[in-house]
Amino acid sequence: MGLDAAAIHARLRERCGDVVGPLEGQGRNAWAVVDAARVKDVAHVAKSDETLRFDCLSNLSGVDYPKQGHIQVVYHLFSYALRHGFVLKVNATRDDPVVPTVSDVWSAADWMEREVFDLLGVTFTGHPDLRRILMPEDWPGHPLRKDFVEPQEYHGIPTSRESLLKV
Amino acid sequence: MSLINSAPEMALTTTVDDLLNWTRKSSLWYMMFGLACCAIEMMQTGGPRADLERFGMAPRATPRVSDVIIVSGTLTLKMALRTKLLYDQMPEPRYAISMGSCANCGGLFQLAYSVCDGVDRVIPVDVYVPGCPPRPEALTEGLLKLQQKIQQERWIVRKSEPVGVRA
Repeated sequence: MGLDAAAIHARLRERCGDVVGPLEGQGRNAWAVVDAARVKDVAHVAKSDETLRFDCLSNLSGVDYPKQGHIQVVYHLFSYALRHGFVLKVNATRDDPVVPTVSDVWSAADWMEREVFDLLGVTFTGHPDLRRILMPEDWPGHPLRKDFVEPQEYHGIPTSRESLLKV
Repeated sequence: MSLINSAPEMALTTTVDDLLNWTRKSSLWYMMFGLACCAIEMMQTGGPRADLERFGMAPRATPRVSDVIIVSGTLTLKMALRTKLLYDQMPEPRYAISMGSCANCGGLFQLAYSVCDGVDRVIPVDVYVPGCPPRPEALTEGLLKLQQKIQQERWIVRKSEPVGVRA
C-alpha cells in the first residue's frame, strides 16, 4: 500500500529532479527541502502522481530561523488513499520572504497560509485573499518573528501591567 | 397568613431612591460576553442549579437592553476595541463585571503579545470576581455585590454633594 519515506523521496526526485533536496530524517516525519520558486510544481506532482497521491495537506506552518537568515514554511502531507506521509520544507529569505501559494492545489492551505502571513510575514504569491486572519488588520509587525517587539500600547490600551509582586 | 389579608390598607414607608433602586436591582439584565472558559461557568450560573433568575436576572444577547456586561474570559486586544464599542452602546446606568483572572488582569496570558491585561484598561469595572474560572457561586456573589452597590446609589438627594450637582 503506502510507500516509505525513501521511496516517496525517490519518486519525487524522479518526477521533479533536483528541485527536491536530499532526504533527511526518517519515518513519517522525514523531510526534503524544496526550492521555494518551484514548490507549486512539486505540490502538483505530490497530489496527482499515482504512486504518491497526497490528497491531504494536514498542516502548513512557518518557523523563523534568524541565525540562518530564513523563514521556513513546512508542509505536512498525508495520503488517505495510500496511508503514507511526507514533509516538504521551503526556505524563504527572512528580509523578503516570498513563496508561491499551494492553495489552488490543496484548498486547505488557504487559511493556513493566511496564518503564516499574519504571524511571520511570508507573502504567498497567487493567494486569493491574503489578509491577516488572527491579529487585527492594523497590527504592527508579525508577532512570531523572533525579533518582534511588542508595542507599548494599542489604540490607547497599554499592553503591559506592573507586576503585583514588585509593588 | 399574609400581611395583605390582615391589613388591607397597610402602607409601607420608604424613600424614592430606595424604591427606584429596589426595582432596578431586581431586574438586572446581563449581557452575555463569553470570551473563553469562564463563559461555561457563566452559562452554568444562568442554569437551573445556580439559577440567577430568582434574582430577576436574565441573559441578553444585545447591549441595547442590557444593564450589566459580564466580561468572562481572556480579552484579546482585538476584542478589547469591540468591548469598548459594546459597552458604549449600553444605556446608562450601566455596570460591568469582570469575571475571572484573565478579565481582571490578563491572568495566565498577560505576557502574551495579543492579550489585553485586564478589561479595566478599556471600560470601568464595578465588581471583580476572582478565580480561574470562578465557580457559579462566586459569580452569583459578584452579582449580589453589584445589587448592594445599586441599592446604595442616590439619585434624588445626594448626601455628600450639593443638591443638583451630578457627577
